[in-house]
Amino acid sequence: MNAPILSRRRFLSASLVAGGGLLFDLNIPLAGAAEGAPQILTAFVRILPDNRVIIGAKNAEIGQGAKTMLPMLIAEELDVDWAQVTIEQTHADQKIFGGQTAGGSRTTPREWLPTRKAGAAARAMLVAAAAQIWGVAPATLKTGSGKVSDPASGKSISYAALAAAAAQQPAPDPATLTLKDPRDFRIIGQSIGGVDTPAIVAGKPLFGIDFKLPGMLYAVLETCPAFGGTFKSANLDEVKALPGVAHVLTIKGDGTPESLFDGVAILSTSWWSANQAREALKVEWDMGAVSGFSTEGYAAQAAQRLKGKADGDIVRAGDVDAAFAAAAKTVSAEYDYPFLAHGTLEPQNCTALFKDGAIEIWAPTQNPESGRGLVAKALNLPPDKIRINFTRIGGGFGRRLMNDYMVQAAAIAAQLPGVPVKLLFSRQQDMQRDFYRPAGWHGFRAALDKTGKLTAFHDHFVTFGKDGKPVRSAEMPATEIPAGLIDTVLLEQSFLATNMPTGWLRAPGSNALAFVTQAFLDEVAQAAGKDLPTLMLELLGEPRDLPRGPNAPPFVTGRARGVIEKVVAMSGWADRGQLPKGRGKGFAFYYSHMGYFAEVLEVALVDGMPKVATVWVAGDVGSQIINPMNALHQAQGSVIEGLGQALAGQKITQVAGAVEQANFDTHPLQRIPDTPQIIVEFVKTDYPPTGMGEPALPPVIPALVNALHAATGKRIRTLPIVPEMFA
Amino acid sequence: MAISLKVNGQTRSVEADPAKPLLWALREDLDMVGTKFGCGAGLCGACTVHIDGNPARACQTPIGEAQGMAITTIEAVAKSDAGKRISDAWVKLDVPQCGYCQAGQIMSATALLATTPDPSDEDIDAAMMGNLCRCSTYVRIRAAIKDAARAGAKA
Repeated sequence: MNAPILSRRRFLSASLVAGGGLLFDLNIPLAGAAEGAPQILTAFVRILPDNRVIIGAKNAEIGQGAKTMLPMLIAEELDVDWAQVTIEQTHADQKIFGGQTAGGSRTTPREWLPTRKAGAAARAMLVAAAAQIWGVAPATLKTGSGKVSDPASGKSISYAALAAAAAQQPAPDPATLTLKDPRDFRIIGQSIGGVDTPAIVAGKPLFGIDFKLPGMLYAVLETCPAFGGTFKSANLDEVKALPGVAHVLTIKGDGTPESLFDGVAILSTSWWSANQAREALKVEWDMGAVSGFSTEGYAAQAAQRLKGKADGDIVRAGDVDAAFAAAAKTVSAEYDYPFLAHGTLEPQNCTALFKDGAIEIWAPTQNPESGRGLVAKALNLPPDKIRINFTRIGGGFGRRLMNDYMVQAAAIAAQLPGVPVKLLFSRQQDMQRDFYRPAGWHGFRAALDKTGKLTAFHDHFVTFGKDGKPVRSAEMPATEIPAGLIDTVLLEQSFLATNMPTGWLRAPGSNALAFVTQAFLDEVAQAAGKDLPTLMLELLGEPRDLPRGPNAPPFVTGRARGVIEKVVAMSGWADRGQLPKGRGKGFAFYYSHMGYFAEVLEVALVDGMPKVATVWVAGDVGSQIINPMNALHQAQGSVIEGLGQALAGQKITQVAGAVEQANFDTHPLQRIPDTPQIIVEFVKTDYPPTGMGEPALPPVIPALVNALHAATGKRIRTLPIVPEMFA
Repeated sequence: MAISLKVNGQTRSVEADPAKPLLWALREDLDMVGTKFGCGAGLCGACTVHIDGNPARACQTPIGEAQGMAITTIEAVAKSDAGKRISDAWVKLDVPQCGYCQAGQIMSATALLATTPDPSDEDIDAAMMGNLCRCSTYVRIRAAIKDAARAGAKA
């Protein structure tokens, strides 16, 4: 078994926090706890006098299931029944809780050991307490269902009855804790519904937008339609005089999308009234140079750049020119994809209360500590004067890794001390003030020898950058397959300038790079007279570990092979030649977020547009699926979202520096009739479990376009797919 | 001005502009935040409520026009037989991911089941295609509606 994906230092830091709760290094008062008050065992676990167990969920819940999954890990090792457990969202404080970012599908690999150890440490202290009371050796005692029992004497005692004594026990050294054998898991590996599901179904207030404080005012914030425009003047007095308007404030920005642009905030006791008043607001903006950016301009520049020399190398291996000169056959093609918005269904919002030189924030954020830093800077406040509370999040997808809404709410609240303020974006603002998945253009070439072997691969990637570096989420790794699998590779890049804020959209980078690389390799495979699974298996070669840098686990070719072989078997790939005319199957493989996914998709044209019938998904995320039902849901959602990026018509375009799309009519999502059959199977391998939030998404897009080629003979090299492509 | 609304069987008075959408009256004036704001344009279905038993977009319904009509929201949908079966099926199949759209999904699904006890896939598509789910829980939405229909057939 490979070492867990945690550096020793990181593990120690996490376990110190987890163990710190047990050690009472956090000075949690226990001895003086009032009669009947909860006995606090660790920062994560409280045991109530009636033996109910409160487990803190420390990460934001964005629909990825972390609020259920992390407490499952603790409950398992604490050895309580799930029915005893109540889950509470913690607030945001990395000093207490360790990492709380919900992103990159990292929660599972990061928490798999430390969070279980937190549960195991609590259990060890309870056992030690019982052993002391009964005068027996701890190793002779058993636990289960929130009780310690002594098989020799038949005695048993509830955790609640032990809590106070357990609190006096020395905390065990995390290094000496034994975790359960997976064969003894009773909670991990069970399908457990979302902890908030009953409350969601009952319409209870859970989300950031639902949070209210007495005397709260609602705010809308108008900013320049072109990113980076600055405030000149506005009819502020006119707007102030409108019915229902409580305040009109100008907000001075620092000119960065991550923090604050200049803006005008309108506040009212009703968001609807504030937003109505916004229609009467007339602002003169100084656009400066930002109005020069447009989608048309980018496309023209990219076409030009692809004809010329790149700005720089990402990776260069072997003699590329010689390999192409010696090739028996070459394949070349250009691919591109557009900017995309996140479109979380809950628009961006944040509630803030500034009082006595401190601010309290209630935020749907995936990344609270980054927000704390930005708010501290914007308001010139010490970070410890900022308290951040999590709310449930109506969709993350990477949008809420950014904290612009938090800084904006804080900046407005800071002007109104003592008044709680809720900032809420309209849908138009949400779509036009996003951090977009960057567009990109790729000029590919591949060289084949006379046996059909891929001998050289070249990608000139035109992306967005500044000062010789890609902007956020616009980079391509040097290990982009087939780099690392063949000897002669050139990945190089050129940069376009933009004022578009860019950011991470579910499976960032991968959601675009999988499309272009696996679709082009499908073209290469066909030129070589084989299918893509065969080409991929040839490229992967013998099972071996390929290093991916100091902070990432190696790419294990055997795991890739495993999911490819699995999906080929699941999907009847070998029999695809028997499909009726007009139907086709396509394949793709992609490795992202530590997950290995191979997918096959069957498609046909219906009324001139692709209709996906079935998607087969084979995934390897390690030795254990923690919550099988949620893993399946994540895979289904990823597949449909990926199909939406290709088929729904999603494309963010820019004119004069501003985004054109304003709502779901022009940036649509998949709807229920577009839902295919999705068949998911996991290949279990002896590696630590990794996350399911993202890695099932990337391969579905190339699998789709490869299937469309099989079905129609048309090769799709541009997204989104539109009917004209099949005309 | 005072507008009288009949929400979940109770008559409630709202002091607001008659043009104010029902969505915002529910959320701001009546403190019922289960009905969600998604798009403000009738495109996403997150704000779906029942008005006289029919699914309606609360963001497109001025309160002035909703006076005297029977409004049902997510907070009370489980009081009807169809709503109870839909809500139970939603929990049983763990339909929600982020959960934000689900109030609207449940309202549309309940309205479907109330009129079509045994809906086909086509019936489900037609009734539910106005409700977006950004997490794409559509596989389970379909399954949960069928589960609720079966629960009704057994009863």
